[in-house]
Amino acid sequence: MELLYFPGCTLKTSAKNFEDSALTVASKLGLELRELPRWNCCGTVYSLAADDLMHQLAPVRNLVRVQELNRDKLVTLCSMCYNTLKRASRLVRRNSEKLETINMFMDEEQSYEGRVEVFHFLQTLRDEVGFKKISEKVVKPLKDLKIFPYYGCLLVRPEEEAIDDPNDPTVMNDLLKSLGAEVIDNSFKTVCCGSYLTVDKKEVVAEMTYKILSAAVKDGAEAVTLSCPLCHFNLDFRQAEVAEKHPEFKRIPVFYFTQLMALAFGLNPEVCRFNLHFVDPKPLLRGKGFI
Amino acid sequence: MEIKVSLKKVKSPLVRKVTEISDEKIYSCYQCGKCSAGCPFADQMDLLPNQVIRFVQLGMEEVLDCKTIWVCSACFTCRVGCPKGIDIANLNEALRLLHLRRNQDHLKLGKLPREELLKLPQIALISSLRKYTA
Repeated sequence: MELLYFPGCTLKTSAKNFEDSALTVASKLGLELRELPRWNCCGTVYSLAADDLMHQLAPVRNLVRVQELNRDKLVTLCSMCYNTLKRASRLVRRNSEKLETINMFMDEEQSYEGRVEVFHFLQTLRDEVGFKKISEKVVKPLKDLKIFPYYGCLLVRPEEEAIDDPNDPTVMNDLLKSLGAEVIDNSFKTVCCGSYLTVDKKEVVAEMTYKILSAAVKDGAEAVTLSCPLCHFNLDFRQAEVAEKHPEFKRIPVFYFTQLMALAFGLNPEVCRFNLHFVDPKPLLRGKGFI
Repeated sequence: MEIKVSLKKVKSPLVRKVTEISDEKIYSCYQCGKCSAGCPFADQMDLLPNQVIRFVQLGMEEVLDCKTIWVCSACFTCRVGCPKGIDIANLNEALRLLHLRRNQDHLKLGKLPREELLKLPQIALISSLRKYTA
C-alpha cells in the first residue's frame, strides 16, 4: 500500500534517524511512504489567532499538493507537523468563508476543496496495519528492555486532534508490547517538555527534562521512546545540562519509536543512525544483545 | 504587588481586543483555578494562568507586561482541563500578538551564543520565531 507522507524540516536533517528508520520499517510492513512532492514548511506551530489566516497558508498549501494527486490522505511522522496540518485541515473544512479567502489569496494554486485527512503514522500502525501483524514481523523481541513511552502534547492535545485518549494514551504502549519490550508507564507521559522554550529558556526545559526522565528512571525505565523531533532534542540534548545541575541524574537514551521497530524487526541498525543521538544508545543495546 | 481595579480600566478596550484575536469567551471564566493547577510551567510564571484571565476581564493592561505569556508553551493542558471550555493558550497567544503586531519582538536570535544557535534543530528555531517574533 502506498501512503503519501509529509516529512517536515527536521526529519531531513537532525532527525534523519527518524525518517530513515520509519521508511525502512514501513517497507518491511508492506507500506510505501511516498514523499509528498513539492512539500513546504507545515508552519511548525498552528496559529492560535482567530483573525489570522496568513499563517494557515503554509499548511493548506501542503493539502493542495495532496489534492493535486487526487488523493485524500496524508501521513506524518513528526508530532508538530501532524498537529499543525491536522488543525489547519479542520479549520478550513469547518469554515467555508475562511477557506474561500485562503483560496482567493492563493490564486496561483488550484482551489482547496477541504477533503484531505491528516494522520499520524502511529494511527496507521494501530488502525491499518494492526499490532498483531507488527508482532509477527518481530525477529529480535526487545525482551527485558524497559521503555517509557513519552507522548508529549501535540499527539494528544487539543482533544479534537488527539490520536488517542488525551489523558491516558496507550498507542505507543501497545506498540512497545508488540515489539516484546517492557512498558514503564506514568503520568509524565503527557506532560509538556517545554517545546520551543528550549531556544531562550533552556534552563526551564532542562528542569522539565529532569522531572520527566527522573520519574521514568525511578519507575525502572532504561530508555524513552517518542515521536517528536523537538521533544527528542529537549529530552536527549538537554540531559547534559541536567547532569551538571543534578549529579545523581542517570542519563538514558531517547529513541524514536521507529528505531525500536527497526531493531525488533532485525533490520540493519545503520538505518537508526545512532550517531545523531547525544546520549549514546549503543552501550544499552549492546548490553542487552540487540546490536 | 499592588493591584488597583477601576471602572475606567474595566471599560478599557483590552477585552475587546483579546476577544477579537482569540475568539474566546473571556467572561465565562469563573476562576476555578484548574488551569493553574494543571500548568506544568506555573512555577515559572509571575501571574498564574487564571490570574491572567482575571486581569483581562478587569481590563488591566498591566497583564501585557507579565512574564507568563512568554513562558506558556501552548501545550493545551489548561484547555483540556477547563470546565468552561476556554482555550487559555489562545488567550496567551492574543496577548503575545498585542506586542508582536506592534513589531515588538520578544526573541532576538542574534543575542544567543553562536555555538548554542548551531545546535538547535530547525523545529526549535522556527517554532520559537513563530511564537516570539512579528
